[in-house]
Amino acid sequence: MNPTNYLYLSALLFSIGAVGVIVRRNAIVVFMCIELMLNAANLAFVTFARMNGNLEGQVIAFFTMVVAACEVVVGLAIIVSIYRSRRSASVDDASLLSR
Amino acid sequence: MGFNSPSLEYSALAPMLVIFGAGIIAVLVEAFVSAKLRPSLQLALSIGAVILAFAQVIRLRGTETVTVADNSVIIDGPVLFMQGTILVFALLGLFLIADFEQFAAQASAVPGSQEERTAIQTGKMQTEIYPLTLFAVGGMMLFPAASDLITLFVALEVLSLPLYLMAGLARRRRLLSQEAALKYFLLGAYSSAFFLFGAAFLYGYAGTVQLSGIASAISGGAGNDVFFLIGIAALSVGLLFKVGAVPFHAWTPDVYQGAPTAVTAFMAAATKVAAFGAALRIFYTALAGAEWSWKPLITSVAILTMIVGSIIALAQRDVKRMLAYSSIAHAGFLLTGILALNKSGLAASLFYLAIYGLTTLGAFALVSLVQDSAGEVADLNRWVGLAKRSPLIATFFALFLLSFAGIPLTSGFIGKFTIFSAAYESGNTGVVVVGVLSSAVAAFFYIRVIVMMFFTDPEEDTVTVTIPPQFTSTVIWIAALTTLAFGVFPTPLLDAIASLSTFVR
Repeated sequence: MNPTNYLYLSALLFSIGAVGVIVRRNAIVVFMCIELMLNAANLAFVTFARMNGNLEGQVIAFFTMVVAACEVVVGLAIIVSIYRSRRSASVDDASLLSR
Repeated sequence: MGFNSPSLEYSALAPMLVIFGAGIIAVLVEAFVSAKLRPSLQLALSIGAVILAFAQVIRLRGTETVTVADNSVIIDGPVLFMQGTILVFALLGLFLIADFEQFAAQASAVPGSQEERTAIQTGKMQTEIYPLTLFAVGGMMLFPAASDLITLFVALEVLSLPLYLMAGLARRRRLLSQEAALKYFLLGAYSSAFFLFGAAFLYGYAGTVQLSGIASAISGGAGNDVFFLIGIAALSVGLLFKVGAVPFHAWTPDVYQGAPTAVTAFMAAATKVAAFGAALRIFYTALAGAEWSWKPLITSVAILTMIVGSIIALAQRDVKRMLAYSSIAHAGFLLTGILALNKSGLAASLFYLAIYGLTTLGAFALVSLVQDSAGEVADLNRWVGLAKRSPLIATFFALFLLSFAGIPLTSGFIGKFTIFSAAYESGNTGVVVVGVLSSAVAAFFYIRVIVMMFFTDPEEDTVTVTIPPQFTSTVIWIAALTTLAFGVFPTPLLDAIASLSTFVR
């Protein structure tokens, strides 16, 4: 199968994630959209590894997974602490700044 | 199949290894040492590590340039200069962090809860700020040294993740602080996803993630241009976000305002060095051959950044937000250094980053001193007539503002002059004209603040200027002296930078 199709899929997933970050309100869902973007990048890396015929891209995918896991730890800590003080995880509610 | 262990040149990596090692030890200290000993032990450990790492940088200066860790890190002159600068800022940042009762006793406790009150009363402070600072410093040192896209990405995350947490650690106004952390985190993660996606497409274009490999793929011209353009666009979004350029600046004022002032000071100074260091390396080495593809984009971003930063700053009523917009405008000035794309542009950028960071640290240190019973007062209206109450503080703040404005005899003037003349030499006349004009606009609001402090009578006497703790006054004095010294005698530093400023490809 033509590997280019995986690139289209990757670009599609990335766009869904990028649009999701902008339109969704819940911080957790926004965060999941960001994870979707990272995974889209991963898919692109693996596809390019196949197209270029070297393994670098596949190794990078592992690095990305580790980094994404770290990001989850930090992100959920922030989101949970803000939820505990406000009883809401909506991004729109957090608007005390910028007034 | 055999497995070859990578060859690491520990000596060249020593500055970073010291910082990361100390960061890990600091985590253990946090876990096992009693609450009473912790603050002083953590402070001593962090300051010791920063000084030791700085000594390693000094030891490495002048040695031959090396690529280490299987070509994933380059240690050359500009990198060592930036690492040294970051370490100096880290030291001053740690001084500010050490002095202040401005951090949450327990970041996990709900604001206003019994748990939080108990923690403050019993003095059981958590000191996670120190290991977080160390990891952020380590990431910042690695970011400009990385010579492949994946090391760049990992360094970007290592420097960003601790900063997201540090932004949320303020003791007072915790909701604002947490909000700043949330915004910084979501937007930061969003932009690093763009960075990674761009890295993927550059890898697809060049077949390698090495910056040198990308440069030779560009000069070879065999790759797929669509991949290249997608890659370069997405990668630039990630980088421009970190430097706070318009239109990716939305996080800057909110985070600068909400974060504890010591963290803002450190972040504003050191992140700029790291992010511009990496941007300079990418644009000067990997992408220099494809100037046609990114120059129009970066030119328009630079112009937009200078104009928007200067003009919106006029309308700010909060000192920290005003300084945030001024940092956006400065990001625009620094982008002209990238556009220059020559040796003097690189040298000017390095100089500008160093002196801008010192001035910024001093300015934010001063902001933290103006207080009322509820803590810091950042509202500009209440700074009216500050010179009547504390002439020294007002004079220092005026000096820093004049340096931001680029008035002669301050370091800011030399910085702007060198960076604009480098951009002019390389033919970017339009950007330079916009830069000079927006500097004039910016000078207006800096001088407005000075007039407010010195020539307007205070209406009410509620703001006090606290007597600076030892560490903070050290930072303010160092910042003020360097601002003046590099304004009057910039030659030694400029010469030192010029002697080392070429990137190895």
